Formats: sequence, structure tokens, C-alpha cells
Amino acid sequence: MALIELDDVRRTFTVRAKVGRLKREKREVRAVDGLSFTVQAGECVGYIGPNGAGKSTTIKMLTGILVPSGGRLRVAGVDPARERVALARRIGVVFGQRTTLWWDLPLRDSYELARRIYRIPERRYRTNLERCVELLDLGALLDTPVRQLSLGQRMRGDLAAALLHDPRVLYLDEPTIGLDVVSKSRVRDFLREVNRDRGTTVLLTTHDLTDIEQLCDRVMVIDHGRVVYDGGLDGLHAAGESERTLVVDLAEARPPIEVAGARVVKVEGPRQWLAFPAQQSAAPIVAAVADRYPMVDLSVREPAIEDVIARMYAEVAIG
Amino acid sequence: MADPTLAAGPVDPALAAGANDLLPTERGLTARTRWALRAWWLTAAMWTRAIMSYRASFVLMLAANLVVTFLDFVVVILMFRHTDQLGGWTLAELGFLYGTSGFALGMANLLVGSVDGLGERIRAGTLDTMLIRPAPALAQVCAERFSLRRLGRPAQAIAVLAWSLTALDVSWTWDRALLVPVLLVCGTAIFAAIFVGFAALQFWWGEAKEIQNAFTYGGATVLHYPPTVFAKELVAGTVFGIPLAFVNWLPALHILDRPDPLGLPAAFQYASPLAAVLALVAAGLAWRAGLRAYRGTGS
Repeated sequence: MALIELDDVRRTFTVRAKVGRLKREKREVRAVDGLSFTVQAGECVGYIGPNGAGKSTTIKMLTGILVPSGGRLRVAGVDPARERVALARRIGVVFGQRTTLWWDLPLRDSYELARRIYRIPERRYRTNLERCVELLDLGALLDTPVRQLSLGQRMRGDLAAALLHDPRVLYLDEPTIGLDVVSKSRVRDFLREVNRDRGTTVLLTTHDLTDIEQLCDRVMVIDHGRVVYDGGLDGLHAAGESERTLVVDLAEARPPIEVAGARVVKVEGPRQWLAFPAQQSAAPIVAAVADRYPMVDLSVREPAIEDVIARMYAEVAIG
Repeated sequence: MADPTLAAGPVDPALAAGANDLLPTERGLTARTRWALRAWWLTAAMWTRAIMSYRASFVLMLAANLVVTFLDFVVVILMFRHTDQLGGWTLAELGFLYGTSGFALGMANLLVGSVDGLGERIRAGTLDTMLIRPAPALAQVCAERFSLRRLGRPAQAIAVLAWSLTALDVSWTWDRALLVPVLLVCGTAIFAAIFVGFAALQFWWGEAKEIQNAFTYGGATVLHYPPTVFAKELVAGTVFGIPLAFVNWLPALHILDRPDPLGLPAAFQYASPLAAVLALVAAGLAWRAGLRAYRGTGS
């Protein structure tokens, strides 16, 4: 069953800009412009896009904070705009940029308050808290006020808080932003565990594509408020017309190599870089080059996912 | 209610996501009010516990608060060294006005005063974190940073009021005696409504906090003095506009047996409960409209 359903969801904002001395001009900005997709229970979906693409607006509509201007939206069986409170019990939210904990309260008090506000049954709460404390290594931090925690510690604290009430859906808005490598990998391990063992559906936005590579079986790329790609990571390469690179070291510096199926993108002394479509085999190109040029060494580089997505954004911007 | 989503995936049902999400949602006015009060109470209690862990600091701050507010009334006493009456009212009568107005403002500030930080919350995005919790945003905003330190002002006001009640030359009938607690409760409600109603303006206009201060702290200061020292237009504004006159002026006219400078019917002197209810309803509607504008409904 689909846990998140969007059908032609739109959201416009009215921006008032000053024109001249007294005149003000109203302008409509479409932050989300006809968004349709579904997420099945248990999926882990990466939701990516350039700044201003509409990611945060989407998350805010999915959490019931913002009401859509049009279209149909359902999360865990409820309409987020009309049943914000019923929804709140079914979702967990982590904002990387700001905490959902009470800033001046120790973690333990924050959790205790959450237990009462969410009306989590006592036994259930203890089981969940113990589990989170163990997996996120929070034991030593429970009596520390949130404001004294480091960013990585606070993020772990926030993750636990978002899961104490057994939400069906966990939204993460840039959960690894600003974290060091160790903290990032700890957060990812935890999310993988939650998704696998609890069946919690995860939707995360990020600028760190390693998050996506390590966690998500599905990626949605959004730009200008529309989905421009929806599928697996592999498909992203094909969709983004990504290229592999053949790096050739020749015996001596030469003018750019001419070979069918590849083009030279860079020359540096005897070393030349040849780009060719990612789906195509490297063998015939290597053979053709070796046939005509004295070659010392060669290597093939896989396309970086960053480049693929950067190219995709650029295309959308032009088209 | 059977729900197929619970069965998805290789999941131990006891640990499954969503095991806890079918709790009923509060419906109906009484249930929703109880639920809002509960959220307020839980949050306020948690803040109190957190602050009480620094007991010495709390005691010092409360003491400082008491001293500062006490000096406030000393100004009034000093004024009476040069005159026996102000606008035809005696020092004891001014003490009555001062005590009732100070108590109402102080209690409202204690209970809902934190709502004035709304604009800041919107800018910092912390209002969003309140909207994702299963509790009314208004209750959460009001209880945030709840501090018993703010008891200083109402405590001092009650002391002044108690002194004035002993010093007053009033023939106490049952209706006069009853009006005192009634006006304290209604006054608190009216100031609370002013706090919330004007804070709601911050949904549209971030700088609206100053307007709110003018009507809460400014309003309470005006109510320290008898209505006879102010222009009739101002007094009329506090009856028919922002209902400050119902906090203490109008009921005080009856308790102290004074003529109404506006010559309004005597019914106005008993109308504080009605004024309080109307003010609360208006404030609630303003808040709702503001929250709707923020979330983007309706427009």
C-alpha cells in the first residue's frame, strides 16, 4: 500500500516586491508545480534537487506544516493539511538545520516530554528509548542540555526523538549536513537499521550523494517544483547521459587522439582523457587507440554521481 | 482497524513502525480545550523542573523581580506625599487599582506571556517544529520558557491589593466582595487575550511585538490610575475598543462606590466576565486566522 501519495500537488507563494517608491508588485512563485509520486511502505527514498527546487516545501506539505495550493496529498492514510495532529503521531521529522528538541532541556527531559505529548505507552517508550540509546550511543549524553551538545550529538538526539513514537514515516531534511565523516556514517547505519528492522518508510533530502548511494534504493530528482527523475541509482546514470572516462598515457605528447565513439576532453602532455557513454563497453575504444598509438598505460574512470546530477540540473535549467 | 501497511516487510510486529499511531484524535470543543491545557501544563511543568535545578539562581531572580516591582509602587506613594488625592481618588483606592491591574497583567504574563516571541519563532523556524507535534501550537508557544520567576509581579500586586483592602473605607456587601475575585480572574483573561490577539499579528508583520507591549504593559500602567485623570475618549476606547476598562476600572466603580465618568449603565460594572469571554474568542479567532495564513490555507 502506498504510504505517501501525491497527485498533482501545487504550492504557490505570493511574493511582494517593492517597485519604485510606493508601488508594490505581487508576484506568484510556484515552489511546487504539479508534483505526483507515491512511496510504498518500507521504501527508503532519496529526494534531491538544487537549492530552491522545492524540496523543503514538499517536506513541509508532507508534514502538515504547509497546506498545498492545489492537488491531492495523503500520508499514512490522512490528509496532512486537515489532520495535522493525527498525522503528527504517525510521522517523525528530523531537520538537519534546526533541532526538534527543547533547546534548554536535557535530552532525557525532552524525551520524557515527548512521551507525554505523544501519549506513548510506558513500556513501548522504554523499549524504544533503550534501543535508540544503544544504537546511537546516547547513554552519556542523556543529562546534557541540548544546547551543549555538538552538532553530531544533537543530530543523534534528534533522530531518537523522531522515532520514540514509532512513526510509520520518517522525514529527514538534510540529516548529515555539517557532520564529520564518523558522525555521518553512524547516522547512516542507524537509518539503515530503522528502515530494515522496523519497516519505517524513510524520505530524505540531502546534498551529500553518499547518503543516497548508501541508503536509498530509489532516487527522486526534483527541479523547479517538478520531478525530473524517479528511479534507481543505476538508471540515474543513463538518464543523466553520464560518461565514463578513459585515461590514456601515450609514449609522447601528441595532438588529440581521433577515435570513433569517444572524444578527447583534456590533454596534458602525453596524457589524454577520452569521454564515452557510460553504457558503452570500453574494450573497442581501447583496442582502436592501442592499434594506432603507442600506449604506455591506461585506466577507466567511472562517472561520479555528483557529475551526473550536476549535468541533469544544468539540462533542466536550459530546457 | 486492520491496516495492511503494518504488515509490510520482514518486520517483528512488536517493533513495527506505526504500532502506536491509531490513538484517537481529540474532537469537540471541551476535549480540544482539555487537550490544549494538558499540552500547556506538560510543557510548563517540564520548564519548571529544568529551571528548579538551578535553585539558587531562581531564588535570586525572583527576589530581584520582587524588589524592582516593589519600587514601582513606591513611586505612587511618593506622589501622595504632595497631594491627598489624584483625580479625586485616595491612595488606598489607587492601591486597589494598582493591585488588581498588576495582578491581572502579571498572571497573564506568567501563563501566556511567552507568546510574544512568536515572530522570532517564525524567523528561526522553531514554529515549524511545534507544528509537527501532536499538540496545539498556541499551547506550546505560550508554555515555552515558562518560568515561575514571573510570579514576582503578581505577588507584589497581591500584597498591595491586600494592604489597600484593609485601608479602604468601603461598606462591604456580598456583591462587592464577590466582584474582587471575579475581576482578578477576568482581568487575567482579558490581558491573556490581549497578549495572544496582538501576538497573532506577528504572523503577518514581524515587528508587531511593540504594539502588543503598548497594550499589555502600557495598558496595565494606565489602569494603575483612576479613569478620572484621563481624557474621556481614552476611557471610552478601553470600554468599547480594547476592553481594558473591564479589568478593573468598571468593577472598581461599583466596589468603591464612585460615579462613572462616562455615565454608562451600571450593568457595565458587572460585565467583566462577558468582556473576558468576548476578548478570548476574538483572540482565538485572530490566532487561528494567523496560523491559517502562515500555513497557507484559505488564501
